[in-house]
Amino acid sequence: MITRPKPQKNRLRRTMMFMNAQKPGLIKDAYIYGSDSIILDLEDAVAENQKDAARFSLYHTLKTIDYGDTEVIVRINGLDTPHWQEDIRCVVAGGADGIRIAKCESAKDVKTVEEHALAAEREFGVEEGRTLIMAALESPKGIMNAYEIVTASPRMFGCAISGGDFRKSMHVQIVKGGIEMLAARGQMLLAARAAGVQCFDTMYPNIDDMEGFKAEVSQNREMGFDGKSVVNPKQIQFVHETFAPTKKEIAYAEKLIRSFNEQVDAGVGVYTVDGKMVDIPFFEDAKRILALARACGVYDGDL
Amino acid sequence: MINAVGREIPDELLKDGKEVYQGKFYMNGKYVKKDSPRTKRYETPQESKVCKNIREASEKCGAHDGMTFSFHSDFRNGDYVASMVAKVLVEDMGLKDLTIAATSLGSAQDLIADYITKGKIVGIQTSGVRGRIGEVVSAGKLKTPAIIRSHGGRPRAIEAGEVHIDIAFLAASSADCYGNAKGTGGKNNCGSLGFAVPDSHYADHVVVITDTLLDFPSLPATISSIDVDCVCVVNSVGDPAKIASLEARMTDNPRELMMAENVAGIIAATPYFKTGYSFQTGVGGPSLAVTRFLEKHMVEKNITMGFALGGMSSAICKLQDKGLVKQLLDTQDFDKGAIEHLAAHPDHHEICTSQYANPANKGAYVNKLDFVVLAALEIDTHFNVNVITGSDGVLRGAPGGHPDTAAGSKCCIIVTPLVRGRMATVCKDVVTVTTPGDCVDVLVTDYGIAVNPLRSDLMECLDKAGISYVTIESLQEKAYSLVGTPDDLEWEDQVIAIVEARDGTILDVVRRIKPLQLD
Repeated sequence: MITRPKPQKNRLRRTMMFMNAQKPGLIKDAYIYGSDSIILDLEDAVAENQKDAARFSLYHTLKTIDYGDTEVIVRINGLDTPHWQEDIRCVVAGGADGIRIAKCESAKDVKTVEEHALAAEREFGVEEGRTLIMAALESPKGIMNAYEIVTASPRMFGCAISGGDFRKSMHVQIVKGGIEMLAARGQMLLAARAAGVQCFDTMYPNIDDMEGFKAEVSQNREMGFDGKSVVNPKQIQFVHETFAPTKKEIAYAEKLIRSFNEQVDAGVGVYTVDGKMVDIPFFEDAKRILALARACGVYDGDL
Repeated sequence: MINAVGREIPDELLKDGKEVYQGKFYMNGKYVKKDSPRTKRYETPQESKVCKNIREASEKCGAHDGMTFSFHSDFRNGDYVASMVAKVLVEDMGLKDLTIAATSLGSAQDLIADYITKGKIVGIQTSGVRGRIGEVVSAGKLKTPAIIRSHGGRPRAIEAGEVHIDIAFLAASSADCYGNAKGTGGKNNCGSLGFAVPDSHYADHVVVITDTLLDFPSLPATISSIDVDCVCVVNSVGDPAKIASLEARMTDNPRELMMAENVAGIIAATPYFKTGYSFQTGVGGPSLAVTRFLEKHMVEKNITMGFALGGMSSAICKLQDKGLVKQLLDTQDFDKGAIEHLAAHPDHHEICTSQYANPANKGAYVNKLDFVVLAALEIDTHFNVNVITGSDGVLRGAPGGHPDTAAGSKCCIIVTPLVRGRMATVCKDVVTVTTPGDCVDVLVTDYGIAVNPLRSDLMECLDKAGISYVTIESLQEKAYSLVGTPDDLEWEDQVIAIVEARDGTILDVVRRIKPLQLD
């Protein structure tokens, strides 16, 4: 029996790869591709009359497969379905790291899931509060309520926009450049950053269009996302490369931290590095960049 | 006697100077007296060597009971000729006690399995034993143990006289009436005819069988008329759909792509990856895909390949067309793109199996090979590889050039998934050793990479490149933890096949598997 270590709210989540929880051939070793997180799906990927079978498969997978450092999140069925309560019991009993709430629209949705997770933790003797939560925002209402959603529970580690459903409700198609979801992405990012949680972009559905995928990933990074959903292992590497700090960023961060330490010793507050004025927030950001670089495996310096 | 890969070789096989495997390059420096064919003189000028049919040609060559006949496998699974000839010899001429010496045998020669069962064919010497032939040999139906040789081991054995071919029946895509023959220019082209060349030089009699007769002289030719006794024209030498696919399919399986990408990364991390380097790969899923990922590294680092060796596919031909590969040295062609390319491109050369891989000549091309990427049915914690027997102990594979390229190359990379269904590919002991572990350098699986402890230099390269690797034992343990520890196979005493190392020593034997008893 596999017992997973206690999940961490803050960790590297550049890629979250979706896998149908019902397909043993896929989920038996999905971690080999190196995505940071795996999302085992009980929702849309599973046919309505196969939900039981998928839960069974999911539970035994969690108990027999050692996913190691790869985070295991389960996407449960929507709160408007008859499935979600049993889904939560299965997730908690199996010891998954977290729950992804599909079609989340309000703080109440989060609290409802939280209550049931707590009940399940008590039922199965799992440490209370262990099971993390993330919210998938799939509707205009979800986006409008983003801030109340991401601040609704101490279990909440982040939110993601789900492009398929969202675009439909907005009467738009996927557009090169991403103008169709610009406002929604922006609002969700603001909410997540304000709440101090992570923020993830939707998956790119055209698996064979690597060029379009790369353009979207690059934009994601420029906008400030922490990671992206992926649906095929071949999408992983580019996301990881793109979200890792560049050599230039790392060098600058190192320089900043070193000079900052000197300035502090000398009792100076604001000063300049490479002709640019810097102060405490720069220092904090530089520390974040080096930590991210280290986690991404592109920095092994001593700072 | 226990050999250098820990296999027990029965003493009764160790006669007439036969030795057990002693490690790679054991025979280095020894002298060899080459065998010579006993050939017939054709002094009186003749207009044509074309015979009415295969029977007439066989009779002209004096076919009789107890003879050894040879075939080549450049028409691969599409070959009609071996079965066609065997049928004439056994059914029309009533011959018996025959030995077949082929470069490979597979499902295209299923008919031969019947003649083994009927006791007409009593000996088999080949690289591959697939299909029904593998099953009947494994069931102990062949009177003498089959002898399995690599592509380089076969010409070595022929030259040493360990197998003497009485009549070679060589399929060709086109030929003239005097027997100048090749694998192109006909109705059913196979491309390189490299497998057939040693037979044309060392067999007592040579019969060329083609479906396309060209005007004399048809030059350049792979098989020269000076070596040919008879020419037969048949309706078709093979099934074009099975000789070669249109284009060897590039896998889109993410698992195979990941492994291929890792192989390319390892290649690029070694000091051998520099302009002029040489490379060989197969057409299996991950192997073929390596070519694609390698291209990326070559373009990025502005490196070109000196030569690619072995079986050719469209993928490597396209690299040559892009100017990334100087020479192609071709023993067989896997797809139509490669076949057409051989005829069209001046730096795409046909080579024979002796040039390719024979360890007893003065320097085969495998000895100049930097990288080879190979598949495996099984690999054990000593890095020994099995490509000949399935997990049920039944013959179902072919060493081909596997042991030759592994021994000759500077860096031999095995790429295979950790498990196949319920079978652990990485295991404690392979069923049969076909490539010794001292020739294998790196293993790439979907669960991680392992480096042979003999190659600490390669470990340093990977460390420097930030490529992580684990011990092969940990991969084997992982495999067993996933699919369980396999029970040992249960064998009877009868040896049904001898696996010869490329140098002629005995690497392993395959015994008859105990029939399954259901309680």
